[in-house]
Amino acid sequence: MGALVSAAGGEFNPPGAGSFNLPPLFGEGTFVTKPMVLVVLSAVIIAAFFLLATRKLSVVPGKFQFAAESVYDFGRNNIAREQIGSQDFRPFIPLILGLFTFVLVNNIFGIIPVVQFPTFSHIGFPLALSLLVVYPVYHIVGMRRHGVGGYLKNQLLPAGVPKPIYLLLTPIEFFQKFLMNPITLAIRVFAAMFAGHLILMVFAMGGEYLLLEAGGVLKAGSAVAFAFAIVLTFVEALIQVIQAYVFAVLSAGYIGAALAADH
Amino acid sequence: MLNKAMILAAEEPSPVLPHVGEMILGLVAFLILVWVLWKYAVPRFEKLYEERAAKIEGGIEKAEKAQAEAEQALEQYKAQLAEARSEAAKIRDDARLEAETIKAELRTEAEQEASRIVAQGEAQLQQQRAQLVAELRADLGRNSVALASRIVGESLEDEARRRGTVDRFLAELDAGADGAGARN
Repeated sequence: MGALVSAAGGEFNPPGAGSFNLPPLFGEGTFVTKPMVLVVLSAVIIAAFFLLATRKLSVVPGKFQFAAESVYDFGRNNIAREQIGSQDFRPFIPLILGLFTFVLVNNIFGIIPVVQFPTFSHIGFPLALSLLVVYPVYHIVGMRRHGVGGYLKNQLLPAGVPKPIYLLLTPIEFFQKFLMNPITLAIRVFAAMFAGHLILMVFAMGGEYLLLEAGGVLKAGSAVAFAFAIVLTFVEALIQVIQAYVFAVLSAGYIGAALAADH
Repeated sequence: MLNKAMILAAEEPSPVLPHVGEMILGLVAFLILVWVLWKYAVPRFEKLYEERAAKIEGGIEKAEKAQAEAEQALEQYKAQLAEARSEAAKIRDDARLEAETIKAELRTEAEQEASRIVAQGEAQLQQQRAQLVAELRADLGRNSVALASRIVGESLEDEARRRGTVDRFLAELDAGADGAGARN
């Protein structure tokens, strides 16, 4: 918004990291911001969707039930069962399904008109999921399954490797599994959303500036900018879905690896 | 303007530093969502899947049973049909045989009847002939006597003589006829 105001002054002020810091919704001094409302809204939407769809399930599904079943099947079979294995995946269905739909809806918010803000472009949200949910879950289920020692051995001393290699491999495995996994998981979706939203803002605001402020031939350039904004919106839709899928797949993959007898 | 932007940038927190309030809110929202899914959505879906699997398996089982029953019925019908066919053939054979017997019986019966009728007729004929001959013979005798008495004009009172005369006459007649027959 600040960028727009300064644009009106005749100088183009490109959107940057600051554009993601939205002011409190209910005026200065209040706490609630747009991403906070959106994240709660997403949970409400998903919960309502599944509660309504499962209220009256029938063996032969109707259209709405079929849609809900498709989403559920995708999370259950294509993500949870594929990654965790058909033996152990059942207890993790709610978590994986929740991760997938939660990230998906929050990402899609980025291209929904009026809403138009991908919640996960604020790193706090993905970091909460990866660091406070996925990370403890996969370590705890792994330790429960194999015992603390067995789990650490499984994770840090993978079988079938010549002994001297452990000098190199064990620190790498530790760094990856105990330090980097939760951070990369969060940064992946955060960065994609942040960058995508930034690009859309650049084209939209740039187009607007050209249309309002530039003279003569340059005004026509706004059409190109708007066209790019539209095309990139579609690209963004694809990325948003893929990122949600990747987030859920990787989380399930970590759980599956922690449960597996031999890494 | 540039200064203002720089001041703004300095005031703004870096985008890679998480906002603690957002982390807590996101975590709580997500955990509530997972709880709803765990408590309601997933068990309902899993129950539905079990029901569906049971229904499909039940349907397959039912279909297999129905097929087995149909096959059994078909076998039964085939057996019955074969039985009926053999029975029909047997009945036909029996009927033919019976017809043959009846025909043969009727024929022998008819033949017997015919021969009986023929024999009866012949016997009757013989009898009638004999009767006629006897009658003719008596008539001839009487007529001859009457004729002779008319010609001779005498009454031959004596029975024995008369009989003897007539018999002699007849014997002569026979002899004459025989002799004529021989001559011819």
